[in-house]
Amino acid sequence: MAGQAAPAAAGKMAALVAWIDARFPMTKMWNEHAAQYYAPKNFNVWYYFGSLALFVLALQIVTGIFLTMSYKPSAADAFGSVEYIMRDVEWGWLIRYLHSTGASAFFIVVYLHMFRGLLYGSHRRPRELLWIFGVLIYLALMAEAFFGYLLPWGNMSYWGAQVIVSLFGSFPVIGDALVEWIRGDYFISDITLNRFFALHVVALPLVLIFLVVAHLLALHEVGSNNPDGIEIKKVKGPDGHPADGIPFHPYYTVKDVFGLGVFLVLFAAVVFFAPELGGLFLEAPNFEPANPLLTPEHIAPVWYFTPYYAMLRAVPAFAGTQVWGVLVMFAAILLLFFLPWLDRAPVKSIRYRGPVYKVALMLFAATFIMLGYCGLKPAVEPFKTMSVIGTIYYFVFFLAMPWYSRIDSHKPEPARVTK
Amino acid sequence: MGEAVDRGRRQLLTAATTLTGAVGVAFAAVPFLASWKPSARAKALGAPVEIDISKLEPGAMIKIEWRGKPVWVVRRTREMINRLASVEGFLADPGSERSRQPGYAKNEARAVNPEYFVVLGVCTHLGCAPMSRFELGDAELTTSSPGDWPGGFYCPCHGSKFDLSGRVFRGVPAPTNLEVPPYTFVDSGHIVIGVDQGSFG
Repeated sequence: MAGQAAPAAAGKMAALVAWIDARFPMTKMWNEHAAQYYAPKNFNVWYYFGSLALFVLALQIVTGIFLTMSYKPSAADAFGSVEYIMRDVEWGWLIRYLHSTGASAFFIVVYLHMFRGLLYGSHRRPRELLWIFGVLIYLALMAEAFFGYLLPWGNMSYWGAQVIVSLFGSFPVIGDALVEWIRGDYFISDITLNRFFALHVVALPLVLIFLVVAHLLALHEVGSNNPDGIEIKKVKGPDGHPADGIPFHPYYTVKDVFGLGVFLVLFAAVVFFAPELGGLFLEAPNFEPANPLLTPEHIAPVWYFTPYYAMLRAVPAFAGTQVWGVLVMFAAILLLFFLPWLDRAPVKSIRYRGPVYKVALMLFAATFIMLGYCGLKPAVEPFKTMSVIGTIYYFVFFLAMPWYSRIDSHKPEPARVTK
Repeated sequence: MGEAVDRGRRQLLTAATTLTGAVGVAFAAVPFLASWKPSARAKALGAPVEIDISKLEPGAMIKIEWRGKPVWVVRRTREMINRLASVEGFLADPGSERSRQPGYAKNEARAVNPEYFVVLGVCTHLGCAPMSRFELGDAELTTSSPGDWPGGFYCPCHGSKFDLSGRVFRGVPAPTNLEVPPYTFVDSGHIVIGVDQGSFG
């Protein structure tokens, strides 16, 4: 680094690195995960979202730490302390808007990252565990977002938590005791807020970080998939490295920094000009303090939960219980874990798959968006029927996959990556 | 003995140690899990509350808070009580067989005294707060044909409808009738919520 001007300094630097390497595998880790981690050379725009998710995680942790410095997790003070952050703390509004917009950005990035997997078969063998760690991250992220949403103690925070916690009450026999145990009270109260705060700022971030490390270790063990869905490790160059691979650093670090720049332009535009995004990122009833005796006119969760919320509402009560909607909603998420084994196509990438999967996947994406839209709307027609159709198709997409992915035609995969 | 490893003995000791450790972990988990239960303070704050109903007009409703939930007391008029039988054909659980109420409120009026209807204002679907919609023939609400709304409660969250006894109509998301809390009349003008009928002797 220091170059010819200071050979003595360079020698000292090398000595310092050697001193550390003898005590901690610094250079070894750097090489394994960056400088000598060979990633396929044909990554396209869909491959930005993993590193972006990592960035947003870091952003949420940093902004979150600063928010806890001014926030008070009690029913009496929470709403006021958020107003205090917004009005009185220097730059407090920015830190909070970065955090609230970051939550939505996290889900946008993660949904695109997951869709990339469906496009190019990134969940397929040998990356099943990598996918499962990813689904666990998604689950932990949903829990993290749910607990965090109660903290501002606005009326939508309150009633959203009320609705979701009540879901557990629909389980037979244990339901009521379970709900009381989750709340720690006979209603969503100061006690509930305090424990959700602990889960949001300590427990789930630790779980998330642990899962992200596991996700990355699994990725670097099997190697990245690519838009052609073929294994670059099969063809090695004379140096013993994959012929179609390039070192992650500097090639993809530079590419990802460029992607980050584009992301930050869009992100900053929302943070500065539309932090509520028309009620989608921050809902209007949340600008009133929580009121246990007054339900908002229309309760809708934040947009990233609405596809599942639509499924919950699409299932009618049956045999005196509405546990079925809850089961359908949980099943919809659990199905994701089985995806690697549901998909039986002989090729991975959409580029070489037949028309059936292409149509099925595009319909699935459209359905997911439609369900999300229905979940934001009141439970009236036509949204009720749309939710039922969407829910059925969501399950058909997964459960019929072993069949349609096999009968589908496919093109031969190339031996080497294309463009 | 020398270098030989007694595998059977090692397996037994490993299994015994693992088992003992697992039992210890299970016991150690109890205090942490139990700490999530309602605390002594939460239980004290959830104690019964008394309501004065002596000034409640016929056809009017009052709301009070008990354990953070809205409790409604509706003083039903004679017509309101008479109308209860006429909607039975549209109800999901007219006899309150699958619904939750103390035994003394398991009747058509779902009340000890049909004139005073006491109920939790919490939708049995997902815990939203329904609204009172007492006007007959409310243009937005129906049971089967336009203009036939018999008066009752409507939940704005997911569209559940209940009659004037909190009994749920068919074809809405709520599976059961609104829950009736335990309550007792201490005298003709006062009700205590949270205590069962007859426990004051």
